[in-house]
Amino acid sequence: MAHTQNASDRQASIKSIWKTFWILLIVTMVEVGLAFLHLYSGFPGKLLLNSIFIGLTIVKAFYIVAEFMHLGHEIKNLIWTIMMPLLLFIWFIIAFLADGDSWKHMRRNSPSAPLPAEKVAPAHGGGNHH
Amino acid sequence: MDNAVTAKKKWWTGGHSPFNVSYGKLMMWYFLISDAFTFGALLISYGTQRFMAEGWPDPNVVFHSFPFMGHANLPLVFVSLMTFILIMSSVTMVLAVNAGHYMDKKAVVKWLSLTIVGGIMFLGCQAWEWTHLHEVGAWWGRNPFPNADGTAAISTNFVDFFFTITGFHGLHVTSGVVLNIIVLINVLKGTYEHRGHYEMVEKVGLYWHFVDLVWVFVFTCFYLL
Repeated sequence: MAHTQNASDRQASIKSIWKTFWILLIVTMVEVGLAFLHLYSGFPGKLLLNSIFIGLTIVKAFYIVAEFMHLGHEIKNLIWTIMMPLLLFIWFIIAFLADGDSWKHMRRNSPSAPLPAEKVAPAHGGGNHH
Repeated sequence: MDNAVTAKKKWWTGGHSPFNVSYGKLMMWYFLISDAFTFGALLISYGTQRFMAEGWPDPNVVFHSFPFMGHANLPLVFVSLMTFILIMSSVTMVLAVNAGHYMDKKAVVKWLSLTIVGGIMFLGCQAWEWTHLHEVGAWWGRNPFPNADGTAAISTNFVDFFFTITGFHGLHVTSGVVLNIIVLINVLKGTYEHRGHYEMVEKVGLYWHFVDLVWVFVFTCFYLL
């Protein structure tokens, strides 16, 4: 909206946009750098590496939503209206991944257990089931 | 009583505009929440299948090619370029929104045009990647990649989810480019200058940033983890 902002306000807002850009770029470069480090040296270990990746992904998501989508500068009613439904994702992710893991162990431990729809036949010809 | 909530207030205490944003922007936010759940459901079902599977391909083996580099082994390099292009186009979009606040038509045209170019470049990269993967034998229902532990693949879940989710994301990029072009035409025609505000640029901007946001998660889930 057209407020009575002046040129120095505009300069400041453009500066903060580029600051966010550098944060996103550097975080992505760190992610790729760590992936290469793991590829060539095996360090950090897969579990630590994946935890770092997920953490950095959330950092990037925060900056995109808060700065680029401007949500960080809206009033709290709007912030909470948008963020509260998304909190469901926490349980959504835990429940489904745990379910997938439990399926895998169920199949391993009891060969007679009913198989899921996906055919787990011995490998021949790269899994063409049509 | 004032009509709109001033920026200083932290909580709504009455007045006409509880969220301090226009109807159109609020509805865009609500749409984006629903779209977030759609993408979330796709990515979580991918994760569930991956947790269920005894073996899964190694992304560094699957995604190791770069255009015009032949058989050079360059894991992650091409997708990093795609990520950079999309982040860059998000920056040009937010600069267009910013220029709109100051009713600077010339700057809006410049930044919005660059955003469209960035979107088209991203789609071009994705088209190359899909073509390349198709050439090495990957498609829905066809998985040429062995598992990371060296065993042969016994399911096509990996390729099915990859093409479905990146395809759905690419569809969003495509519709974002189309929306940006429509808004650019209106900017050039002077529609928003006449209207007195460039809020339409903000609304397509929200959508465009959301597409970038989804890519951040797709990048992590398919290429890094």
